[in-house]
Amino acid sequence: MYDVEKIRKDFPMIVNHPELIYFDNGATTYKPQCVIDALTGFYNDYTSNVERGEYATAIRADQAYARTRDVIAKMIHCETKEIVFLSNITAVLNQIAYGLSKNLKKDDTILISYAEHASNVLPWFRLKKELGVNIRYIPLDKEGNVILDELEKIFDDSVKIVSLAYVTNVLGSIQPIKEMTEIAHRHNALVAVDAAQAIGHLKIDVRDLDVDFLGFSSHKMCGPDGVGVLYGKYELLQKMEPIFLGGGMNARFDIDGNVILKDAPERFEAGTPHIEGVIGLTAAAEYLMNIGLDHIHAYENELRAYLIQKMLPLDNIEIYNPNNPSGPVSFNVKEVFAQDAASYLSTRNICVRSGNHCAKILHNLIGVDQSIRASLYLYNTKEEIDRFVEEVSKITLEETISIFL
Amino acid sequence: MASIKDYFNDQNLMRELLLDHYKYPHNHGLLENDKYLSKRMASASCIDDITVQLDVEDDVIKDIRFDGVACTISTASTSIMSDLLIGKKVEEAEEIIRNYLNMIDNKDYDPEILEEANVFQNVYKQANRIKCATIGWDAVEEMLKESGKEDD
Ligand SMILES: Cc1ncc(COP(=O)(O)O)c(C=O)c1O
Repeated sequence: MYDVEKIRKDFPMIVNHPELIYFDNGATTYKPQCVIDALTGFYNDYTSNVERGEYATAIRADQAYARTRDVIAKMIHCETKEIVFLSNITAVLNQIAYGLSKNLKKDDTILISYAEHASNVLPWFRLKKELGVNIRYIPLDKEGNVILDELEKIFDDSVKIVSLAYVTNVLGSIQPIKEMTEIAHRHNALVAVDAAQAIGHLKIDVRDLDVDFLGFSSHKMCGPDGVGVLYGKYELLQKMEPIFLGGGMNARFDIDGNVILKDAPERFEAGTPHIEGVIGLTAAAEYLMNIGLDHIHAYENELRAYLIQKMLPLDNIEIYNPNNPSGPVSFNVKEVFAQDAASYLSTRNICVRSGNHCAKILHNLIGVDQSIRASLYLYNTKEEIDRFVEEVSKITLEETISIFL
Repeated sequence: MASIKDYFNDQNLMRELLLDHYKYPHNHGLLENDKYLSKRMASASCIDDITVQLDVEDDVIKDIRFDGVACTISTASTSIMSDLLIGKKVEEAEEIIRNYLNMIDNKDYDPEILEEANVFQNVYKQANRIKCATIGWDAVEEMLKESGKEDD
């Protein structure tokens, strides 16, 4: 049975701040004690660099760092050597765009969508500017879901890459990645997936999806900040050029400039990595897998359905994605600027995000620039939702102004 | 004698004042006129995106206009600022701006010269919203500085 009270005890932020309702899990997640222990364990007992030392603590650091590759490979179902550590999903998407740009030319086409986060838009915009590639937008319905029937029609021979969020960060649409990948591959296009909002929320199987690249940030799955994971099919990683060059990623070089790079995954990990962060990510992944991603997903969906059911009757709000089964709930209080509503909620100890959530082209779809986003996770409760909805129901322009007086 | 501080301790009056400037901002809407200096404040945050226009003639602020996407506080504070600064000498305006920014920073300031802008005396308590209360003021301050330089 899913025991949320037991789970809550694992999170010091919840234990230390029982007054807070944290509904900003789309931005980042709280960390369980085991992740914090993994970080301090490294600092207290075996601080060393990796891949360089012959002594006991360095070997221990090496082993712990390497073990994370195994654990993440198990979590998303791939081979250990297909897991690369970078600094966040933003770095991952920049690496993918840079790496693939070497095989692109003018008038090639990249497919993205209006619902993408800046990190899955701007690296492609740069290629448009520098190489003259086209950016084309995948058809979405009103709540941000890919319209599969229309997808096939926008493909032509020029399409080389499809890059898309698995779960979008404002509307929470779960995209039909497997079906899309099948279509893309039929047209000889590669598929890259931004799984930032999917990881830790649902079970991901990259083999089953057959995607070519996939990435996510550790901090959105209860792990430390500063670690991103890039999965790539091994033969594609081996062909891809790294953004960063330096120590740890080359095998040898000489005075004439001859350089032999290491194989993937090390090839992409130039410089000293975020060792303790990577080690902490093991703890986070094991923590989530012990609870079970299917259980987490089911519980979150139940919470979301409860939240929507309580919010729909409120007549002072407008919800943009009531029908999506999972992910955040995005809404506005009528006549109140989103940031003002979020500030009001913060005075009631409720943490939500407001603004455009780095999805600055999404307004083309939902018609508003700004919204409030409530995003739930495994440790949230129905009692918190009750308190949240109660406070949302009280928001008026007068109330939001009062907090500044 | 009731001081200006007492007036601005009346919550209802203050709320009304802010609401009024938010719903019906003064000097709102930009003009197509070359004599105006213009500053778009779009890169300070990814929320507020306002443009402020300023007309200075013979060392006097003749007019201020503004428009854009903005929250209650940035709209009301820019509206109140425009009322306060129009007609002032540049030197006086700079003094008012300096005092206002001090107030927002929770430092010493002279409430007498800030008039309606005293309504923002407690904004410093919402630390993440300080930018909203200063965005329009920053725009005018920067334009005054830039225009001053050209005269030298
Ligand atoms: C869908 C999506 N992609 C990318 C990112 C960027 O994540 P990071 O800041 O960890 O690189 C986010 C985070 O908000 C996201 O939600």
